[in-house]
Amino acid sequence: MSDSPVKVTGSGRVKRGMAEMLKGGVIMDVVNVEQAKIAEDSGAVAVMALERVPADIRAQGGVSRMSDPDMIAAIQAAVSIPVMAKVRIGHFVEAQVLESLGVDYIDESEVLSPADYENHIDKTKFTIPFVCGATNLGEALRRINEGAAMIRSKGEAGTGDVSNATTHIRTLLREIRRLSSMREDEIYVAAKEMSAPYELVKEVADTGKLPVVLFTAGGIATPADAAMMMQLGADGVFVGSGIFKSGNPAQRAAACVKATTYYTDPKVIADVSRGLGEAMVGINVADIPAPHRLAERGW
Amino acid sequence: MHQLRIGVLALQGDFREHIRSVDLAGYEAFALNRAAQVDEIDALIIPGGESTTIAKLARSFDLFAPIASAIESGLPVYGSCAGMIMLAGEIEGAASGQESFGGIDMKVRRNAFGRQVDSFESDIHFVGIAQPAIHGVFIRAPWVESVGESVEVLASISTESGEHPVAVRQGNLLATSFHPEITDDFRVHRYFIEEMVAKSGRPTR
Repeated sequence: MSDSPVKVTGSGRVKRGMAEMLKGGVIMDVVNVEQAKIAEDSGAVAVMALERVPADIRAQGGVSRMSDPDMIAAIQAAVSIPVMAKVRIGHFVEAQVLESLGVDYIDESEVLSPADYENHIDKTKFTIPFVCGATNLGEALRRINEGAAMIRSKGEAGTGDVSNATTHIRTLLREIRRLSSMREDEIYVAAKEMSAPYELVKEVADTGKLPVVLFTAGGIATPADAAMMMQLGADGVFVGSGIFKSGNPAQRAAACVKATTYYTDPKVIADVSRGLGEAMVGINVADIPAPHRLAERGW
Repeated sequence: MHQLRIGVLALQGDFREHIRSVDLAGYEAFALNRAAQVDEIDALIIPGGESTTIAKLARSFDLFAPIASAIESGLPVYGSCAGMIMLAGEIEGAASGQESFGGIDMKVRRNAFGRQVDSFESDIHFVGIAQPAIHGVFIRAPWVESVGESVEVLASISTESGEHPVAVRQGNLLATSFHPEITDDFRVHRYFIEEMVAKSGRPTR
């Protein structure tokens, strides 16, 4: 009754399926082993290992790059949940390095300094799955066409201001609903207008959803923020600077996890929001000059 | 027969896909995330997801004890991947303090096949389900390290370290390392419902 059949790795189903298992969960940015353990203890479904959280990248400026492999390996050794890590947009060699380290998911991220202002990584060439940011449906479908197995709406990372996250998830889902209501002969122009491959646009129009899991990121700082993203239709949330830049990270992390599961229950959200201490200070997106907005990186 | 009430534990993970598989098999399932709902079901499915997260949320929202005691009293339960871990009597490679509901006399190794780069899909022969083979999708999957005498192995897979069970049954409890719910093949769900839930001999409500 045992078989030794062919085992296929790196297939679309295996890559996209990994993201399916993260649904309804919170993925947390961590910069060291201690934070990774707090995240795991709080019920995070995965951690994003990076050297500086977006709030610090924003404050300190300079070029930001893939993290030190030693730091990533230490976090992999410390936790049993999936470990993700970021590469610069277009930097396929950083991606090769992360694949060799065996990270579970690569985030080709606008939070780091882009390495290529024209091309994103050809993600179909990798066994490891990729998540990419998007601010609208066309951008999401271009990333999926390049092989992304998961999409996160971008928001504006490192701000604690949820307004851009709201705009981006609303835009994405509104554009999907709009496609679903179109006549078939209108889909061609829709594909042209959003600069996305017709086949993917048609698939979204037919199914009424993205072909991959859709998380939300960028500025989520409270349990209520997380629950709002879920009510708007996200499959899960990334919380970056919001947790470890706050007064009580362990409690805030657990609160965000609970609010993401019980996102339709205001009583639960109220309960977990009690006595959380200080949220991250935050910056209003409107106060950031356009050239410094991370969401505008990627095309 | 009365309409079976099948709950899918909806704390985190791919519970909607399980609801869809049950639907494809011709039955109905609903999302369960309240302790009071545990008394109302004929069967429970524990989905794929992150086992540490599911266990913590079950504990925080007072679902842990009711589910563990329902399992003990014979509730039919099917768990895939993280769900298999939740049904294991013993977990190898557990996070510190990680709990499981238990129920199946087995030791399960988490992330046994490796990290995501090692995730794979493969055909498997499943005892009790006729050809064609079940297509197993294994994502950071566990395998069964060892089983007690009362556990029946329904499917195994060969690796460099030998042969490992990836589907097991003990009484009313079924566990698979792989995810039939992310394929269109609903035969594992139908097997669970028709061979196990319907024949469980539990009082109908």
